[in-house]
Amino acid sequence: MEDIIKEDILEEVESCEPNFWQRLFSNKMAVFGAIVILILFIIAIFAPLIAPYSFDAIDLPQMLKGPNTENILGTDEFGRDIFSRIVYGSRISLKVGFIAVGISLVIGTILGALAGYYGGITDYIISGITDIAYSFPVSLLAIAFVAALGRSLTNLIFAVALVSWSGYARLVRGQFISLRNREFIEATKILGMSDVRIIFKHMLPNSMAPIIVLTTLEIPKAIIVESSLSFLGLGVPPPAPSWGSIMSSGRAYIMEAPWIAIFPGLMMALAVLGFNLFGDALRDTLDPRLKD
Amino acid sequence: MIGNILEVKDLKVHFPVKGELIPKNVSYVKAVDGISFNIGYAETLGLVGESGCGKSTTGRAVLNMMKVNSGQVIFEGRDILKSNRNELKKIRKDMQLIFQDPFGSLNPRMTIGSTLEEVLYVHHLGDKSQRQKKVNELIDMVGLSKDYLSRYPHEFSGGQRQRAVIARALAVKPKFIICDEPVSALDVSIQSQIINLLEGLQRSFNLTYLFIAHDLSVVKHISSRIAVMYLGRIVEIAESDELFKRAAHPYTKALLSSIPVCDPDFRKDRILLEGDMPSPANPPKGCRFHTRCIYAKEICLRKEPVSANLGNGHMVECHLY
Repeated sequence: MEDIIKEDILEEVESCEPNFWQRLFSNKMAVFGAIVILILFIIAIFAPLIAPYSFDAIDLPQMLKGPNTENILGTDEFGRDIFSRIVYGSRISLKVGFIAVGISLVIGTILGALAGYYGGITDYIISGITDIAYSFPVSLLAIAFVAALGRSLTNLIFAVALVSWSGYARLVRGQFISLRNREFIEATKILGMSDVRIIFKHMLPNSMAPIIVLTTLEIPKAIIVESSLSFLGLGVPPPAPSWGSIMSSGRAYIMEAPWIAIFPGLMMALAVLGFNLFGDALRDTLDPRLKD
Repeated sequence: MIGNILEVKDLKVHFPVKGELIPKNVSYVKAVDGISFNIGYAETLGLVGESGCGKSTTGRAVLNMMKVNSGQVIFEGRDILKSNRNELKKIRKDMQLIFQDPFGSLNPRMTIGSTLEEVLYVHHLGDKSQRQKKVNELIDMVGLSKDYLSRYPHEFSGGQRQRAVIARALAVKPKFIICDEPVSALDVSIQSQIINLLEGLQRSFNLTYLFIAHDLSVVKHISSRIAVMYLGRIVEIAESDELFKRAAHPYTKALLSSIPVCDPDFRKDRILLEGDMPSPANPPKGCRFHTRCIYAKEICLRKEPVSANLGNGHMVECHLY
């Protein structure tokens, strides 16, 4: 009898709490963001199938043509198809976005975890370094890094990682400080568990929600930093297309051929918007208390 | 077994209160200010007192979970406060803590089954199938069914969680368990279930308890001896029956008179304490209780009382004796 009652109560708990994905996608903005991200991925993965031309196919007679049936988004000063270049450019943006954010996630999380878990002098030193890194203007630090080490995709990725790890370090440190005094963490210490186990098995899994949210918001930032560097001529070397470098080359022809700068700009805005909307929705779903 | 499993001698825990701008220790909160007690094997010592009197701090200090200023905590002949990390890990296997808040003391991202199994894994207790068997035994021991092993803490009621916390504490086969207000957060009907469970486990495994509570009626049921704390000091300690029949300290009398009686016609003379507990950062001079004591005399304001022995282990810190 008692068991039956207990079972009923448990069933109720499960049924009245809607599934995480159901709650997430009840938000229309999340659906929009997810679709944009999905399309972006499809474009990047199947770029050779989607793009009608190669990204570096020069066709001088066709230069500076506006959008038409052959080049749907027009051509640039070398007659290269803008649409094809944007499609290939999405590969660079996503690559930089994900790899750079992945690197900064690992570095920032480890440093933040050490600072938050051990406190004291460890925290003092790590927090000091983090605050210095955080106080630099994002683009300035990245420009200095690429300018010093030269232009390449690898340097670009490290430059972006260099400016975004401090956000993770601060977030994880804060999470760990608040978790450190929770009773279940105290319990793990009394049960004789090692620091490594406590950090990775108990504290990190309980900090995942804000880390995931920060990641969805860091990726569009990384995409912007990448495009800004490319716009300034510090991104991947030509002829590899990046949204930033296409815009940069369009700057000179902004009056005669505005489509060169406009379309990659629109594409970037759309991508950033998609990630941001998805990230905001994810945050609201994972932690309703953070809602403004 | 004869002898004491735990001896606490003149334990002091002072928290520094830091100045806001200048990082200088301005004063200390004397959470625990020189307490001594012993606990014999398979005995239950109840520790009662109002909020902020240092009960929980005492429990944490005994486990060496916080910085202790002075004193000794001798567990089975070894001073815990002087142990290094490895020794401490071994000792911790014998000493466990059951928390007040069953909602905060379980990892919300782990199922009860994996929480229990992890404890066995960390202490190298058996291979995978042996651990699984042990987990089933543990969950059965605390009166939960095996179906609950795959569930997460948020799917449990308070009483069920507290049972899971008890199972986790038992996983390492401890000899001594500190129960830090284990039933304060639970319904009255569930409280008695948990207390009965703890009593049953004590009989089965010869456990020793330090049972911390703010409610004398809860402690009466389970304790063989009771210590009453006030403002960082143990003011009275006696056998459970002795304390309820012949309470000596005015504070204990006041606590006893606050227990509700199940008789609407019964009118007793209640001793009502006035005012709040003074700040432990600045305890009153002389007897700490004199500010609220109805018997306070001139000497109580000047001189700290020394422990008086009323016979049969009944100790009281009061100038009246």
